[in-house]
Amino acid sequence: MSRPDRGPSILRFAAPQNFYPLAGRLAPWFAGLAVVLTLVGLWLGFVVAPTDATQGEVYRVIFIHVPAAWMSMFIYLVMAFWSAVGLVMNTRLSFLMSQALAPTGAMFCVVALWTGALWGKPTWGAYWVWDARLTSQALLLFLYLGFIALTRAIEDPRRADRAGAIIALVGAVNVPVIYFSVKWWNTLHQGASVSLTKAPSMATTMLAGMLVMAIASWAYTLAVVLWRVRPMILERERHTEWVGAELMREALRQGGRA
Amino acid sequence: MLSTFFAVLRRDLLLAWRGRADVLVTLAFFVIVVCLFPFGVGAEPNQLRAIAPGVLWVAALLACLLSLHRLFAQDHVDGTLEQLLLSSEPAVLWVTAKVLAFWLTTGLPVVAVAPVLALLLDLEQGGLPVLVISLLLGTPILALLGAVGAALTLGLRGGGMLLALLVLPLFVPVLIFGAGAVEAELSGTGAAAHLLLLGGGLAGALALAPWGCAAALRVSTE
Repeated sequence: MSRPDRGPSILRFAAPQNFYPLAGRLAPWFAGLAVVLTLVGLWLGFVVAPTDATQGEVYRVIFIHVPAAWMSMFIYLVMAFWSAVGLVMNTRLSFLMSQALAPTGAMFCVVALWTGALWGKPTWGAYWVWDARLTSQALLLFLYLGFIALTRAIEDPRRADRAGAIIALVGAVNVPVIYFSVKWWNTLHQGASVSLTKAPSMATTMLAGMLVMAIASWAYTLAVVLWRVRPMILERERHTEWVGAELMREALRQGGRA
Repeated sequence: MLSTFFAVLRRDLLLAWRGRADVLVTLAFFVIVVCLFPFGVGAEPNQLRAIAPGVLWVAALLACLLSLHRLFAQDHVDGTLEQLLLSSEPAVLWVTAKVLAFWLTTGLPVVAVAPVLALLLDLEQGGLPVLVISLLLGTPILALLGAVGAALTLGLRGGGMLLALLVLPLFVPVLIFGAGAVEAELSGTGAAAHLLLLGGGLAGALALAPWGCAAALRVSTE
C-alpha cells in the first residue's frame, strides 16, 4: 500500500499508518537515552553529590521525587494538549496519544507521592501532612484515574476518545483552581507549615543530578508512550489494509527467527 | 430563545414535582449523613461545633453527587435528550435550564434544611447566615460541574462510581471555600474573601460548564 504523498510536512505523521513505524523506530532510542541518563543521574545523585548539611542523606530522594512530580504535572498538560488537538482537528492519533500518556502520568504521580512519604517520615515525622503540594498532587492522581476509568468504561472507541478528551480539558481548566484553592486553604488553616520550597541553595552537582534525572524521565515517558501507542493504533485500525500487511510482515519476521 | 429556556425549566420542575419522592429522598439522605457524624466522632458539643461547617458541606456535596444521575438519565432513556439535541435551539440554553431545574429541586431544599441541621451540630448562630449564603453560591457550582460528569457517564455501566471519581476532585475547591467561609466568619476574620471567591467560581462555572456539558451530551448520544 503506497503512502499518501503530501510532501515533506510533519503533519503526515498524524496519519496512524505513518506514525506507527516512526514510533517503532524512535522508541528504542528514547529508551536507550533514558537508561544512560538514569545511570548518569543516579551516579551524580548518589555518589558525586555531597551530603546535605541540614537533611543528611535523606535529601537524596529528590533525584527521583522532583523529576517524578514535574513529569506528572507536565504529562497532564501534554495530555490536555493532545485532547484539545483531537477535538479541534478530529485526528484519531491525538486521542490515542493522550490515552497512552495517562498511565505514565498516574505512575509518576504515585512515585512522587510515595517517595515524598518516605522523605516526609524522617524529615517531618509523618508520612503524610495536608500540605498544599501533597494534596494537589493527590488530587492530580485522582484526575488521572478518572480519565483512565472513563476511557476504559466506554466501549465505543469514538465516544471513549471524545469523552476522555472533554474530561481531560475540564481537568486542565481546574488544575490551577485546585492548586490555588488548596494552597489558600492550607495557609488560611494552619499558618505556614512545612514547605518544600525553603530548600537551601543547592550545590551545582545536586542540581545537575536532578536535571539529568528529569531529562531521563522525559525520555522514559516518550519511549513508553510510543511503545504503548503502537498496539493501540493496531487495535483501532485493525480493519484497514495496512494493519493486515504490517501483521503479516511481523508474523514472517517471527517465523524466520524461530 | 428564552421561551425554550423557560419551557424546559417548567417541564423539568413539573416532572420533579410529579416525582417529589426523589427530592425527599435526597433530603433524607442529607439529614442522615449529617446525623451519622455524632455517632462516628462522639457527641461532644465542642467537637461537633468545630466540625459542623465541614460536615454540613460534605453532606450537601454528597447529596448533590448522588442525585446527579437523575439529571439526564430519564431523558436519555425515553429519547427526549436526542430530540432536544436534534432541535435547532442552542444546546447551551436548555442545558442551563435543566441544570437550574436540577438545582432548584435538589440544591435549594438542601440549602433550606442546612440551618436546622446546623443547630443539631450546635453551630454558633452567627455562622448560620454565612452557611446559607455559601451553600447558595456553592451548590450551583456543584450542579454545573456535576452536569458535565453526568453527561459524560450517561448510560455507562457502573456510572455512579465513575461519576464520583470524575467530579469529586473538581468539587474540592468549592468545599474548601464553602466550609472555609463559615469557619472564617466564626473565627472573626470575616467570610467576604471566601464568598467572593465562591461567587467568582459560580460566574466561571456558569460561563463554561454549560458548553462543556452540551459537548459531552453530543459525545454521549451520537
